[in-house]
Amino acid sequence: MIGVTSMNRIGRAIFVLMVSQLTPLLNGQQQPTAKELLQALDDNMVAENRVTVSTMIIHGRRGSRSIQSKSWTQGSEKAYTEYLAPARERGTKMLKVGDQLWTYSPATDRIIQIAGHMLRQSVMGSDLSYEDMMEDQTLSEMYSPEIVGSEPVDGRDCWILELTAKNPGITYHSRRVWIDKERNIALKETRYAASGKLLKEALVKEVFQVEGRWYPKHMTFKDMLSTGEGTEFIVDSIDFNAEIPDYIFTKAVLRR
Amino acid sequence: MIRFLLKGLLRDRSRSLFPILTVTAGVMATSLGHSWFNGALGGMITTTANFQTGYVKVMSRAYAELSDEMPNDLALVEVEALLDELENAYPEWQFTPRIHFGGLLDIPDEHGETRSQAPTMGFAVDLLNPDAGELKRLKINESIVRGRAPQQPNEILVADELARKLEVEPGQVATIISSTMNGSMAFFNFTVSGTVNFGILALDRGSIIADIRGARRALDMEDAAGEIVGFMPGDNYRDETAQALADDFNARYSYTEDQFSPTMVTLADQNGNRWILDMVGAMGSILVTIFIIVMSLVLWNSGLMGSLRRYGEIGVRLAIGESHGQIYRAMLLESVLIGIMGSIIGTAIGVSLGLWIQSHGIDIGSMMKESSIMMDNVIRTKVTTTTWYIGFIPGLLATFIGTAFAGIGIYRRQTASLFKELEV
Repeated sequence: MIGVTSMNRIGRAIFVLMVSQLTPLLNGQQQPTAKELLQALDDNMVAENRVTVSTMIIHGRRGSRSIQSKSWTQGSEKAYTEYLAPARERGTKMLKVGDQLWTYSPATDRIIQIAGHMLRQSVMGSDLSYEDMMEDQTLSEMYSPEIVGSEPVDGRDCWILELTAKNPGITYHSRRVWIDKERNIALKETRYAASGKLLKEALVKEVFQVEGRWYPKHMTFKDMLSTGEGTEFIVDSIDFNAEIPDYIFTKAVLRR
Repeated sequence: MIRFLLKGLLRDRSRSLFPILTVTAGVMATSLGHSWFNGALGGMITTTANFQTGYVKVMSRAYAELSDEMPNDLALVEVEALLDELENAYPEWQFTPRIHFGGLLDIPDEHGETRSQAPTMGFAVDLLNPDAGELKRLKINESIVRGRAPQQPNEILVADELARKLEVEPGQVATIISSTMNGSMAFFNFTVSGTVNFGILALDRGSIIADIRGARRALDMEDAAGEIVGFMPGDNYRDETAQALADDFNARYSYTEDQFSPTMVTLADQNGNRWILDMVGAMGSILVTIFIIVMSLVLWNSGLMGSLRRYGEIGVRLAIGESHGQIYRAMLLESVLIGIMGSIIGTAIGVSLGLWIQSHGIDIGSMMKESSIMMDNVIRTKVTTTTWYIGFIPGLLATFIGTAFAGIGIYRRQTASLFKELEV
């Protein structure tokens, strides 16, 4: 579920970092406004339909493990993920519709709603929480942006965009996003609590071009409060605007 | 002489009543206070040991650093071999593995979908092996409200309050959603065998008790455990013995460079318990000191008032030839007699109250609704041999010291002016 679903929609959280194919105005090195930058990120993240296969590598203190999943995403409201490997995870499914999240476990043959306290827990031992996955508003809706400077990330010149929450109730009070000026893709993001404490950090290691969009191919995500070594996401394949039947986003699909 | 003074005290109540009442109250408070702290703090230590810390606890070094977070990904592995080694090396001790885990308890409807759910704290112990002693140690059978203790690895006990909130009955299925030792999502269907109420709010709010075999299956922790707790023979924790064991174990098995090697910590070195243990040890002295000071001041004052009232009597006694020293010693002896009488009465009342509270207990549950301290809701005193005599120390010393100060005035009386004073 986390895999590419997060990258596409559920994890808008993660995918702020993702593709940022901005307007031609921005490509011309002319300084855009903060709102233009943020809107461009939002526009880029949401596709009509998206089907992705991704691998998540979780680095713990005792070792690393890989989880592969396939995700179907529609707009910013609906996402369905099926875990493919390893064997222990195979057949575990998650469905998000609006602000509701269900999970299915083949071992217990149960459909369980994830809510309340559980939303703060780590998903599959990764550095992502269910709350990260549940963000379904665009960044423009959640945050007020401000350009606070520019700085190179991995040798590429980036705008630094500071986002401050419009509503105090959302998970991260503020974020900083580093956006590649030339490719218009976010290469780094940090997320903070209201106290200013750094909670999470994401870095894009590799990007690729898909159907005209620059997209992260390989990124790392680190929960700064955990003792693990971080989580890597690798996009194995992605198909924008794929046909997705309606039944995919119903609870019946979980037991299918 | 003693008989003479005793008669004087009994016949002149104005000389004895107030001091005896003061001593009685102080001695009663000392005696009752001693048994109260003995019972309350001692009970807290016992409950903490049984449910949380053991007398000693073995964890991986990495787990020990974060033990408050119950990091099962850092749990001990190859636990059976380690248990064998512990039992061979320290045969007089009893060791047993435990797992603490957090998660969600989810009750299904007839379609297998969520009917109700709540966060829960899981506590997995060796329930199915009678030799492990956990049933007795945790008072499982006495604490069952409905149903019975687990008899299969996939059976659990649910805190009665939580069970009522979730509307789940013994015999029904409850699914645990948690994390495996590897960090994967853990789903496991347990059957509720019964509901339980330990009388410990920290546990009764929302815990489940599972057999360790079932928890290991659910959390993918075969031959692993978050911790191994050890108990020494007898009911009382002895820090020196526990520390000696921990030092010996750590010298043999714990390596600084290996974060997953085991390390042993004593009860005193967990959760700030050393402070409580020190308090238990020092409480007798603290109470005695407080009451000696308070009662001395009160009795000094009362002695001064008594001296004023007995101004004439002392004057006459000096006039007829008694020396200052004789009068002073007589008053000190009087004070000792008052101290003995007050101490006997105070101890009798204090110990009686202590024995009553020891037997009936006082329910402080309503005061601990938000508390996470591992202690019984019902506090009981513990009357020991010390409780019987501890009140005599402040009882006798305070009256003696109070009178000694108050009586100093006797030496200031000038015999030459006595007749003038007595004319008044």
